[in-house]
Amino acid sequence: MSAVRRLRAGLRGWGGVGAMAVLCALTVIFALVLPVSGTRGEGSTGTGGQGVARGTQARTDACETEGAPQDQSLSPSGSATGDAIERIRKNDFITIGVDQNSYRWGYRDPNNTDEKAELEGFDIDIAHRIAEKILGDPKKVRFKAVPTIQRIPALQDGKVDMVVRTMTISCDRMEQVAFSQPYFETGQQVLAPKSSTVKGYDKTLTGKKVCVASGSTALGRLEDDEDAGKAFVTPADIVKVPNQLDCLVRLQLGEADAVITDGALAASQAAQDPTVELTGEPFTTEYYGVAMNLEADDLVRQVNQVLVDYLKDGWQTSYDKWLSPTLGKSSTNSRPPTPQKYSD
Amino acid sequence: MTYTPKGSAPPSAPPAGPVPAVPPQATHASRSPVAPPAPDGGPPRRTAFAEGVDQLRAAATTEPGRLRIIGAVLALLVVAFGSVTAWQMNDRASAADDVLHGSQPLSSAAANIYSSLADANTAASSGFLAGGQETPESRAKYEQEIEEAAENLATAASASDPDSESGQRVRELNELLPEYKGLVERARVNNRLGYPLGGAYLRYANDKMQQDMLLKAKEIYDNENERLRDDYADATSYPWAAIALGVLALGGLVWAQHRNYRRTNRVLNHGLVAATAASTIVLLWLVAGHTLARSGLNDSYDNGVRSLTVLNDARIASLKARGNENLTLISRGAQTEKVVIDGDEKDVDTFDHSFDADMNDLTKQLAAAQSLADDDSGAKPVKAAVANMEEWLDRHESARAADELGDYQCALSQVIGGRSTSECEAGDKPTGDCFKNVDDNLDIALQHEKREFTQAAQGGRDAMTGLPVGAAVLAVLGAAGAVLGIGRRLSEYR
Repeated sequence: MSAVRRLRAGLRGWGGVGAMAVLCALTVIFALVLPVSGTRGEGSTGTGGQGVARGTQARTDACETEGAPQDQSLSPSGSATGDAIERIRKNDFITIGVDQNSYRWGYRDPNNTDEKAELEGFDIDIAHRIAEKILGDPKKVRFKAVPTIQRIPALQDGKVDMVVRTMTISCDRMEQVAFSQPYFETGQQVLAPKSSTVKGYDKTLTGKKVCVASGSTALGRLEDDEDAGKAFVTPADIVKVPNQLDCLVRLQLGEADAVITDGALAASQAAQDPTVELTGEPFTTEYYGVAMNLEADDLVRQVNQVLVDYLKDGWQTSYDKWLSPTLGKSSTNSRPPTPQKYSD
Repeated sequence: MTYTPKGSAPPSAPPAGPVPAVPPQATHASRSPVAPPAPDGGPPRRTAFAEGVDQLRAAATTEPGRLRIIGAVLALLVVAFGSVTAWQMNDRASAADDVLHGSQPLSSAAANIYSSLADANTAASSGFLAGGQETPESRAKYEQEIEEAAENLATAASASDPDSESGQRVRELNELLPEYKGLVERARVNNRLGYPLGGAYLRYANDKMQQDMLLKAKEIYDNENERLRDDYADATSYPWAAIALGVLALGGLVWAQHRNYRRTNRVLNHGLVAATAASTIVLLWLVAGHTLARSGLNDSYDNGVRSLTVLNDARIASLKARGNENLTLISRGAQTEKVVIDGDEKDVDTFDHSFDADMNDLTKQLAAAQSLADDDSGAKPVKAAVANMEEWLDRHESARAADELGDYQCALSQVIGGRSTSECEAGDKPTGDCFKNVDDNLDIALQHEKREFTQAAQGGRDAMTGLPVGAAVLAVLGAAGAVLGIGRRLSEYR
C-alpha cells in the first residue's frame, strides 16, 4: 500500500511539473503568435489611455532594433520647409490638439471672467512657444480639445497640425504618428492619501481598491502582472473609470484607496487635493513628445529645434510655475536625459 | 322556474319520502351520505324542506298556488336585477373615482418625481457651466427642483404601500437624493476653486442620476401607469350580469302579463305594469349611463392620459437633452465611448452622442403629441415646441461647430448665453433659450391636456352618479309592484 501511495504522490508531483511545462510552452507559443497577429489591430485602433497601448511587447521590429522610441525622432532644423510648414504659414495659425481637463498641463479656468478665457498649463506654454517660433506670434494658435482616444485619429485626419497633450512616445504609436524628441520624463506612479499605508507599487497595495483609467498604461501593467502571477492587486480590487481624473473622485469618496497613473498626471491630481501625495518611485519610464502627422517631416524637425531651444530657455520657468509645487523643486527627474539622440 | 328556494334547505338534512327530480336536491342527497334515512321502525321524520317541497308541489296544482309562486319569483328577479346593478355600477363608479382622484394623480406625481429629478440634474449642470458667474436664479432653480423632487417623493411615500415595489423604489430614491446633492456640492466647490476635479464630480453625479435614480423613478412611473390602466379597465368593463338579469326580469314580467291576459282576458294589471316600467327604466338607465360613462372615460384616456404620457415623455427627453448638451461642454471630451455607425466602430463623445439620442426621442414624442392633439388649443403649444426644437438643433450645431474649431468660449456663449461679438456673432442666441421655450410650451400643452382629462373623466364619472341608488330604489318599487299585481289576482280566489 505504501508503495502505491508513494508512487501516486510521486506522479502527482510530476503532474504539477508537467502542467507547468505545458503552461510554459503555451505561454511561449502565445507570446510568439499574438504579436504577429495583434500588432496591426492593436496599433490601428489608435486607442490607449494616458500611456502606451497595451501590449508593449508587440513592437515593430524596425522601432525595436533602432533602440529606445524616444531616441528616434528626426534631427532638429530651424530652417526645414515642406508641405506642412507651408500650409501653416499660409493659414497663419497652428491648430494644436490639447487637453482642457489636466490641471497644470492643459486646463481652462472656469472662474476666469475674461471673454477670451485662455487655456493654461505646461503643455500650453510649449504650444505658444512653437507658434512663436514658427509664425512669430505666440497667439497664433487655435487650440482644440482632443479626447485621449481621439489624439491619433485627429492627427491622421488632419484636424490638428500637432498634439501637445501629455502623450507618451511609443513604438506602437510611431507607426501611426510622428513624434518630436521628448520634452518630459515621467513614469507610472502610485497616488494615495498621505495617511495611507500604501507606499508605492508593492505589496502594500494588496487588499486595497486601486483606481485606474480604462485603456490606460496602468491598467495594462496591472493585467500583465496578473497574467504573470505576480500581481499585488487582484482583478476584483481594480476600480476602472472613464478618465484618470475620475480616480481622484473615487479616492475622495472612499471608493478607492489608491490611484495608479502617469506621475505627471498624478501630480496634477495631487495639486487639486492637498491630502493626497505621490508615493514610491515611478515604476516605469516614459517620455512625453509632441505628436504630428506621419508625413510632416519638416514640421517634426522645426518642432525639435524649438524644443532644443526651449529646454535651454523657458522649460525651467514653466516647470517652476506649473509643476514644482507637486513634483518637487528639483526637475532632474522630469527633464529628458541629455545628450538627445536622433534617428539620423 | 318553479323551484327556487334551494337555499332554504338545511344542507345536512337527508331527504325522505319521494325524492323530487329537482337537481339541487339530488346533489344534496348524494353529498350527505353521513346521515342515512332512519332505519325501520316507524315512518322517518320529515324535514321542513321536504314538507315545503310537498306543499309547493301541491300548490303548483292549483291556480292560486301557481300565482303565489310566480309572484315570488318575479319579485325576486326584479330585486336581484336591482341589487346586481347597484353593486356592479358601484364598483365601476368607484374605479372611475380612483382614476380621477387616485391613480391619475399618482401617475402624475410619479411623472413629477421623474421630471423634477431630471430638471434638478439639468439645473445643476447649467449652474456649473456658468462657473463662478453662476446667477442667483440658476442656483435658486436647482434648489427649487431638488425641493420639488423631495416633496414629490414624500407624497409618493405616503400614497404607496411601503412593501410594494413602488414603495421600495421611493425609499431608495429618498436615500440617493442627498447623496446626489452631496456630489453636486462637491462639484461646485471644486469648480469654484478652479479645479477640473469639479467637472469629474459633476459627471459622477450625472451618472448616478441617469444610471440609477432616473431608472428607479421610471419604474415608479411605469407602476403607477399600470395601476391607472387597471382602474380604467375596471371602470369601463360591461356590467354583463346586471344586463342579463334585467333582460330576464323583463322577460318574466312580460310572460306573466301575457299569461294573465290569456287566462283572464284582462289587458292591464297595474302592479305588473308598474314593475315592468321600473325594470325598463333601470335597464335603460344602466345601459345608457354606462355607455355614456364608458365613452367619457375612454375619451379621457385617449385624449387625456395618452397625451399626458407622451407630453411627459417629451418633457423628460428635452430635459435629458439639455443636461447632455451642458455636460458635453463640462466634460470637454473627458468621456468617450465606442459606437457602431454604418458598420464602422467609432469613438464618440459620450454626452454629445446621448444628446443626439435624446433629441431623436424628443422629435418622436412631439410628433406623437401632435397627432394626438385633438383641438387647436392643444395642438398650438405642441407645434410651437416643435419649432423651438428645430431652432435648438440649428443653434446646437452652430455651438458644436465653434467648439470643434477650438473656440470654447463661443460654444459656451451659444449654449448658456453671452454677448454677440465679431468673432462669435451667435453668442447672444443660446440654445438655452430654445430649451426653455420647448419646456414652457410643453408645460402649456400639459396643463391643457390635464384639463381635458379631468373634464372627460369627470363627465364619465358623473354619468354613473345616482345609478346604484336609483337602481336599488326602482327595483324595490318594481318588486312591490309585481307582488301587488299578483296579489290583486290572488284576491279574486278568496
